Amino acid sequence: MSKYSIHLMVCGGTSCHASESDAIVWNLRDELEAKGLSEKVQVILTGCFGFCEKGPIVKVMPDNIFYVQVKPEDAQTIVEEHIIKGKIVDRLLYHDPKTNTTIGDSKHAGIFKKQLRIVLRNCGFINPESIDEYIGRYGYQALGKVLTEMTPQEVIKVIKDSGQRGRGGAGFPTGLKWEIASKSKSDEKYVVCNADEGDPGAFMDRSVLEGDPHSVLEAMAICGYAIGASNGLIYVRAEYPLAVHRLKIAIAQAREYGLLGKDIFGTGFNFDIELRFGAGAFVCGEETALIHSMEGLRGEPSIKPPFPAESGFRGKPTNVNNVETFAAIPVIILKGAEWFSKIGTEKSKGTKVFALAGKINNVGLIEVPMGTTLREIIFEIGGGIRYGKKFKAVQTGGPSGGCLTEHHLDVPIDFDNLVAAGSMMGSGGMIVMDEDDCMVSVAKFYLEFTVEESCGKCSPCRIGNKRLHELLNHITEGKGSLADLDRLRNMSLVIKDTALCGLGQTSPNPVLSTLDNFMDEYVAHVKDKKCPAGKCKNLMEYYIIPENCVGCTACARVCPVNAISGQRKEVHYINPEICIKCGACKEKCKFDAIIIR
Amino acid sequence: MSQIKSLADLLKKREETRSGLNVRNKAIDPENSVQVKVAMATCGIASGAKPIMEFFVEQLDRRNISGIVTQTGCMGYCYAEPTVEIKLVGKDPVVFGFVDLKRADLIIEKYIKEGELIDGIIPVNYETIDSKE
Repeated sequence: MSKYSIHLMVCGGTSCHASESDAIVWNLRDELEAKGLSEKVQVILTGCFGFCEKGPIVKVMPDNIFYVQVKPEDAQTIVEEHIIKGKIVDRLLYHDPKTNTTIGDSKHAGIFKKQLRIVLRNCGFINPESIDEYIGRYGYQALGKVLTEMTPQEVIKVIKDSGQRGRGGAGFPTGLKWEIASKSKSDEKYVVCNADEGDPGAFMDRSVLEGDPHSVLEAMAICGYAIGASNGLIYVRAEYPLAVHRLKIAIAQAREYGLLGKDIFGTGFNFDIELRFGAGAFVCGEETALIHSMEGLRGEPSIKPPFPAESGFRGKPTNVNNVETFAAIPVIILKGAEWFSKIGTEKSKGTKVFALAGKINNVGLIEVPMGTTLREIIFEIGGGIRYGKKFKAVQTGGPSGGCLTEHHLDVPIDFDNLVAAGSMMGSGGMIVMDEDDCMVSVAKFYLEFTVEESCGKCSPCRIGNKRLHELLNHITEGKGSLADLDRLRNMSLVIKDTALCGLGQTSPNPVLSTLDNFMDEYVAHVKDKKCPAGKCKNLMEYYIIPENCVGCTACARVCPVNAISGQRKEVHYINPEICIKCGACKEKCKFDAIIIR
Repeated sequence: MSQIKSLADLLKKREETRSGLNVRNKAIDPENSVQVKVAMATCGIASGAKPIMEFFVEQLDRRNISGIVTQTGCMGYCYAEPTVEIKLVGKDPVVFGFVDLKRADLIIEKYIKEGELIDGIIPVNYETIDSKE
């Protein structure tokens, strides 16, 4: 039996790692050693718990108590109070701002309610650097079952019946993709895991790789068996060092156990996995560009067909799936297609991982069944908008997606509903915006990103997006006209129709969806030359309300360009010609006399 | 480290690691496990609650009973320390007082295994705000 009766689980995801979770682990171990408890209490570094907002997280098992925002110096308190005296450390518990209560039991925290974890089943539960712990959670059993009890056709049938769709964004049925690859005749085939996660604000794949790397390795081997491939490649960005580090450990451990390599489970099936590093180009998430990049060529997409399933890596049939798609496969094999297909909506089965970011209380990683509404995600799991501000929009699908408004809050989320609402699932980034965000600037931000990331191969994307960005710039500088709005829309539609790959075809989406949902804001920019959210510098003016100004001179003293004039104890005045709109005066004023108008 | 050469090898490996993860597995699903809470406030510890807790941790595992052993604060029955609260699946919690190793053994054998009550039960004398919901 295990000698440990208490497990202290410390989050080792990237964000908690950055907040010194390593030091917490060392301190806890030192402290336990000093108190003679290191035989009884085990300290484990795990993957992401998903509650990044309040990291670093330390969870005490079996009590199921979790502590938030723990600092390395809190280690002593946790050991002395919780472990030795059995007293819960109130100071470190999560304080729910909505109900104004303190929550220690992770089952009762809003962020963990409503979630169903399939892909993230092991994240934050096992030590990602231990293959034994993965095996202890039924790891590699799906691979064993597939190799010893099922034919490749049966495996493909299970995946098809489960209704699993690719989580990379477009939602192509995974079983069908495998079937096409399995039917291609070739002496060699490849299984590729697309871990080139590039959307601004998305970190789902990174968290899976960091928290449960073996689930991806196992699924790739299953896929290899199903389509007849013996080589696997993981294309991961070099800028995910922790994910790369844990993948390397995982691959070495699996090889050592004989779960990768030759003659796996004594069945004569060979499969091995190598890593390929990407330099962080967004377009390389597109499967043909990804394959070119892995071959050492420029990361540019090429025309499909031929699809990678027919001619991919080195001209051989290649099956490319996303990290999240793979991570669910072992569970589907073990629990069956029927179980999986009961979760979710009619056309989108299973769960989806989202990375919640932006102006929301609980920033973090969540997994919910398909069909959960945006309202549930943002207001229940996400804890609502920061500082009690008003919800304005949520951006899904990254630079390829669109902005959804409060009218869409009750739409059950799945692949098709999001497209119908004018956005898309994308890889699962969700950026929440409040009343202070200017939607024209948001569209401009995403365009800036696609202009930067366009590979330049086809002209609609290379030139068209640049022009779109210029037009948006014009509008935010107050130089736009109503005709520009028509021009924006027309050009967007042309780019959508004519661009070569997914990047170009979807890059105008942020413009189109904001035009559809926030036309009034565009009109305010071009007609009234005002930015309703007060974000566009050229369209706003700092103004001193004469009735509120007491003439304290604080603003004039802080102004870096001496734009404020006025005598002591007399009303001051900001000269708009000189003002650079830095906002320093507004921050300094104690009498709320300075406003943006 | 030995190689895993068959499904049977894998299952063996899983069994080996299973008990290591038990502490965490059961915490996810407390409703389906026996919950043992040992009062470990000053009064409890002074009366010898620590060896009792260790006994429960060790013996439940050895006797193959799925149970969560946690420590808790003073239950208020300081006169009867060490006290242990046992919650069987689907039943109300029961508190046992004056638990020594012999009684702990009896609690496991009679109450946890058979559901048979034994002497020394302390009647619950308060309601918590949770139970009033």
